[in-house]
Amino acid sequence: MLQRNTSLAPVPQDAHERERLENLHPSDWRNPQPADRYNLVVIGAGPAGLVAAHTAAARGAKVALIERELLGGDCMNIGCVPSKAILRTSRLYAEMRNAEHYGAQIPADIRVDFAAVMQRMRRIRARISRVASIDRLSAAGVDVFFGEARFTATDALTVDGARLRFRKAMIATGARPDTPSIPGLVEAGFLTNENVFDLTELPRRLLVIGGGPLGCELAQAFCRFGAQTTIAQDMPLFLVGEERDAAQILSDAFARDGIEVRLNTEAVRVRVEDGQKLVDLVSDDYKSTVAVDAILAGTGRLPNVEGLNLEAAGVDCDATTGVRVNDFLQTSNPRIYAAGDACLEHKFAHTAAASARVVVQNALFLGRQRLSALTIPWCTYTDPEIAHVGLYVRQARERDIPVKTFTIPMHDVDRAIADGEEVGFVKIHVKERTDRILGATVVASHAGEMINEITLAMVAGIGLRTLSRVIHAYPTQAEAIKKAADAYSRTRLTPAIQSLLRRWLKW
Amino acid sequence: MRLVRRVEKATESRWSFHEGNGPPAYVVDGEAILAQHNLAGGQCAKAIHGEHIVTVADIAVPALRHTGFYREPTDEALLDGLQRAAFGYFLEAVNPANGLVADTSRENSPSSIAVVGFALSAYPVAVERGWMARADAVKRSLSVLRFFRDSDQSGSPEATGYKGFYYHFLDLHTGERVWRSELSMIDTALLIAGALSASMYFTANTPEETELRELVETLYLRVDWRWSQGGAATIRQGWKPECGFLHYGWDGYNEAIVLYVLAMGSPTHPLKDDCYEAWTATYQWENLYGYDFLYAGPLFVHQFSHAWIDFRGIQDLFMREKRCDYFENSRRAAQIQREYAQRNPHEFAGYDENCWGLTAGDGPSDEMPEVANERRRLFGYAARGVPYGPDDGTLSGSAALASLPFAPEIALCAARSMRQRFPEILSANQYSSGFNPSLASTDRRAWVSSGQFGLDQGIVLMMIENYRTELIWKLMRGCPYISTGLRRTGFRGGWL
Repeated sequence: MLQRNTSLAPVPQDAHERERLENLHPSDWRNPQPADRYNLVVIGAGPAGLVAAHTAAARGAKVALIERELLGGDCMNIGCVPSKAILRTSRLYAEMRNAEHYGAQIPADIRVDFAAVMQRMRRIRARISRVASIDRLSAAGVDVFFGEARFTATDALTVDGARLRFRKAMIATGARPDTPSIPGLVEAGFLTNENVFDLTELPRRLLVIGGGPLGCELAQAFCRFGAQTTIAQDMPLFLVGEERDAAQILSDAFARDGIEVRLNTEAVRVRVEDGQKLVDLVSDDYKSTVAVDAILAGTGRLPNVEGLNLEAAGVDCDATTGVRVNDFLQTSNPRIYAAGDACLEHKFAHTAAASARVVVQNALFLGRQRLSALTIPWCTYTDPEIAHVGLYVRQARERDIPVKTFTIPMHDVDRAIADGEEVGFVKIHVKERTDRILGATVVASHAGEMINEITLAMVAGIGLRTLSRVIHAYPTQAEAIKKAADAYSRTRLTPAIQSLLRRWLKW
Repeated sequence: MRLVRRVEKATESRWSFHEGNGPPAYVVDGEAILAQHNLAGGQCAKAIHGEHIVTVADIAVPALRHTGFYREPTDEALLDGLQRAAFGYFLEAVNPANGLVADTSRENSPSSIAVVGFALSAYPVAVERGWMARADAVKRSLSVLRFFRDSDQSGSPEATGYKGFYYHFLDLHTGERVWRSELSMIDTALLIAGALSASMYFTANTPEETELRELVETLYLRVDWRWSQGGAATIRQGWKPECGFLHYGWDGYNEAIVLYVLAMGSPTHPLKDDCYEAWTATYQWENLYGYDFLYAGPLFVHQFSHAWIDFRGIQDLFMREKRCDYFENSRRAAQIQREYAQRNPHEFAGYDENCWGLTAGDGPSDEMPEVANERRRLFGYAARGVPYGPDDGTLSGSAALASLPFAPEIALCAARSMRQRFPEILSANQYSSGFNPSLASTDRRAWVSSGQFGLDQGIVLMMIENYRTELIWKLMRGCPYISTGLRRTGFRGGWL
């Protein structure tokens, strides 16, 4: 199995880190004696593994959970949790600098204490780690094994010298950063999500390579902490696949923050001179070099499928796309399922958790739940946030579904105006001449919160017509959703209906 | 340009003069022109201001309003003045040696091939209106068409073009590529559209006009539209000898319909059949501010193809599905711009229901010393749009006016209102590329882009003509390549 770009010894060691480690991988932990056979063996204790283990155990299954590093996976330790913690602080700094916009005075001395930012992050991470703690797993009756899992047969594997037999197994080994193949990058050293949260000092100059969610979030955060930040993306817009206008708004927001935005730009070579990293950039025929103190690579993720000896288990996999599964998340070995980043295109913690629930139902309880039936929202937590659920317009049109979009700019929403958070929109896509919601994109300060209402509507089969009857508390930013529904309702007032109504109202 | 010919002192505080052969007009207290008769304020005339000759639009209108003599021009007079002034650009900015036209009136401006396209459509308009002799128009057209025929098509970095396409910007004198500009598919299409309109107008059986038509045919037929797909599903935006096809995203509705129509109508190098469909698959049909429309933020997207093609009543597959057409869509786009300006979410100065027009054009930039203290970000030359921006408070008077054929009631109101409130946006009755009232100087004049841009003058001239007589639309309706291209892209109905 590949070595990760981090170690179990967190940097720096403090009380928060000691608590986190104690929760997620106690130093004195001894693996239990394996049971004769487990109903479910789960490999990987990230969001998918933890959900599967708890869910299955709560229903009475005998469950073993294997983790080679820390419980909680990337999300807890080097992903969602620590990044959201520092993003909050970075947003506060941005608001302080923009205080006049809110009728407040800009503080006289806005000094970024990066060490304090990271200490707060570690405190929050340690606190949230309690929910993923080994104590909770043990209390739930889950056998936890630390070590490298390796299949030895279609129904057995080994971990730390112990042989575990299973009726069903679930591979949830997650993913790791895909190191870009840029000459000189490895030699120069670079950051990924695996080690960026270990920083104790703010790099004075930072180059972010890649315009995916991680690159975008951290570029903005580090810029707001005061790092002179450049972001290079080899595509015309950030967040490939995302709504064009959403990505454009994000580009504009970056520029406002002072990030040097380099779109259509590829990093082609890195070298170190005089202690600084010089990165050659190419945009079509324009070549330039930026000098930075740190490079953050956010150029995608690769599934962790090496070292599992999947051949012995009869499980097909691909180094790029991961474990091959069908719509029921079953691998080529009917006993073995997969969930989360190890097999899914959309590598999100909540998608991993949802897929794990599907696996538990299908593997242990004769379920026939389909991955394709899930309605999965996602959000990039930049400022503004960019959230999406369901189909994009282009996907609908590719499927010959006539689609119409109801758009409400946030500058039409009273609460957004009051909050000074007018950048963005709610776009809800419906099947033309119906109110059936196909998908939605929200760009707003709190888009991640707002997308949930639309997701609920889609899952429950609620159309815009019904949504327009849902009373929304006033004033809230989510009222934008109601306004989109109201816009739909107004389109139902055709000239013929309006004429009828006018005649009716003549009494 | 009509010049003041004679100035004589009349009574105490009045100066009278005659301009050209017209009736008398007056200067009051050395400050303002008293607009009587056909010398309406804002027209392209010059007058004495103190000891200097200045244009009417620079000083006259605001001062005149305070006199009892000013009279608003009629719509016809207003449009005629603006249109003729716009045409003046093509007379001033042309290099008579090769027919190329400068991109802007600024010093050392190169030629833009798109502006040449507008010029080629402007000459027939000028002939019809008696502003230019037919022989002169033919001569100018022939000059530039011969230049392109004989130009270096090797695709080398210093050439003029490649595969029948041309580099976006050319040296005004040598015709060679400048600024390392890209081989531009859309700008070549605008050039070819202009050339086709000329060939449809100059149909006389004379050696010159016959040669003109043959040249246009040659230029059109040699464009390798199929090559411009670069192996992709849709047309690429550009190509450079240094790096091949550019990989800028060019998705969603944009100004490229005329490009696709020309490319599909080509009997020599047509696009693949599914190319137009692949492009329109990226469209977004949105309900915004109460209007259903095919979304594109900048106004020019809703105008440039429409300057040549009469979209009234003809529909492609997408528009049939939406029960709309591209003409009606442009009307709604203008309404949405107006709605946005009324909302004015960024609280910029000037914006209201009669002051709008976010489009591609020049604006203040952060690098300009005169606006260095501005805290907001300024975008310079950019494609500004609604409702998502970018918006830095910069508007285009010409863009609002160019919506005239689609939404005459609001476009005329906007044109009148903007020239009244911000007369500085017009110089010799020609629109500046952009103005920004939020960056007003101490005398409360809006920041104004220096000089004029050929594209702005071209779109104003053509759209006013289409509004007045539909001349360009009528010419292009008769063009078989356009008809074929429209049919091959799925257009049906109406005049087609």
